[in-house]
Amino acid sequence: MHELALCEAILDTVTRQAGGRRVDRVHVRIGYFRQVVPDSLLFSWELLTEGTELAGCALDIEHVPAIVECRSCGARTTLDAPIMVCGTCVGSDVALLCGEEFLIASIDRAREVF
Amino acid sequence: MGRFHRHADGTVHQHEHADAHADDHADDHGHGHGHDHDDGHEHDNGHRDVGDHTGYPETGTDRVAVLETILAENDRTADRNRADFERAGVVTVNLMSSPGAGKTTLLKRTIAELSGRARLGILEGDIATSLDADELDGLGAPVSLINTSAGFGGECHLDATMVRSGLGRLPLADLDLLIIENVGNLVCPAEFDVGQAARAMVYAVTEGEEKPLKYPVMFRACDMVVINKIDLLPHLDFDLDRFLANLRAVNPGAGLVQLSARSGAGIGQWCDWLVGLQARSAVAASDRS
Repeated sequence: MHELALCEAILDTVTRQAGGRRVDRVHVRIGYFRQVVPDSLLFSWELLTEGTELAGCALDIEHVPAIVECRSCGARTTLDAPIMVCGTCVGSDVALLCGEEFLIASIDRAREVF
Repeated sequence: MGRFHRHADGTVHQHEHADAHADDHADDHGHGHGHDHDDGHEHDNGHRDVGDHTGYPETGTDRVAVLETILAENDRTADRNRADFERAGVVTVNLMSSPGAGKTTLLKRTIAELSGRARLGILEGDIATSLDADELDGLGAPVSLINTSAGFGGECHLDATMVRSGLGRLPLADLDLLIIENVGNLVCPAEFDVGQAARAMVYAVTEGEEKPLKYPVMFRACDMVVINKIDLLPHLDFDLDRFLANLRAVNPGAGLVQLSARSGAGIGQWCDWLVGLQARSAVAASDRS
């Protein structure tokens, strides 16, 4: 249950980026290899933003799959288990292309200050 | 979807015309800040404007790219910790495990075993109580306790700021090695960089063979996996080979030590790894200077 701590971090960054303007929506990107429970994240977000100028601001979670590229055969595989194996040649010498994202991608911010 | 625009002032944003908005339609408007919905433009074709102009007719929204990692602030503090550790010449290991895997017992053994070989300090993280810290106190290594219970009932992990708060109580410059005993938890501690040089975890053979698959983030994060309680193997149905295959599937490169913190078997190998970390770091430091 570190979602509350994550939301505190998101809130700090968004408040800074808002620059006193209304923010309707925050877009975050979370990779397959991150242990975040979306419902807990949303619950924590609501709890933390309540009573702040970000109250009512939506949190939009985009899940990023884990994709590996095989260093032997060059094939790309989207993982459906946390096992670092090429789906084509079953080799384990693979590089992770994406899936570790933990990113505040963008915010939908009002054009004018309140 | 809307399109990203870059303006003269460097801001990048996207006008939000989500979902059912036709592509050719998007070309016709939305290229200026004065995006105006009263211009006779027909928006009835399933267009869902997430910016919700209705409540605030005078102010629309722009999508502003942030592209900052959620843990950016933690990572900055972790880097400051790391710089402090390097300056003091102390090698730091972030030690993690589930509750009851044997971290504290391993540390007691480690303090005794390293006595005379390396100057060891302990940073002890616990949600509440000083029980573990008390157990380690007086064994010859300075111990600093961090309770994480401030806030909403206790954090389940140490973050870089909590670690930083405990550093002042340790004589860093007089240490060779610092072990940070994280809060017992296989999920959250893996996500937070605290400035360590290496991550190690204690896994007890009583925990079952599937743990690497169930907690891949933790097992992937570790440079060293200590397999503890091997003295219990004769009494368990535990399949060590299956566990090792699962571990390798998730983290092919992690170091491995099998030991019993209770009996002391295998402790030497673990301590050799710690001392080796410290020796390699000292060589790297002298190369830099």
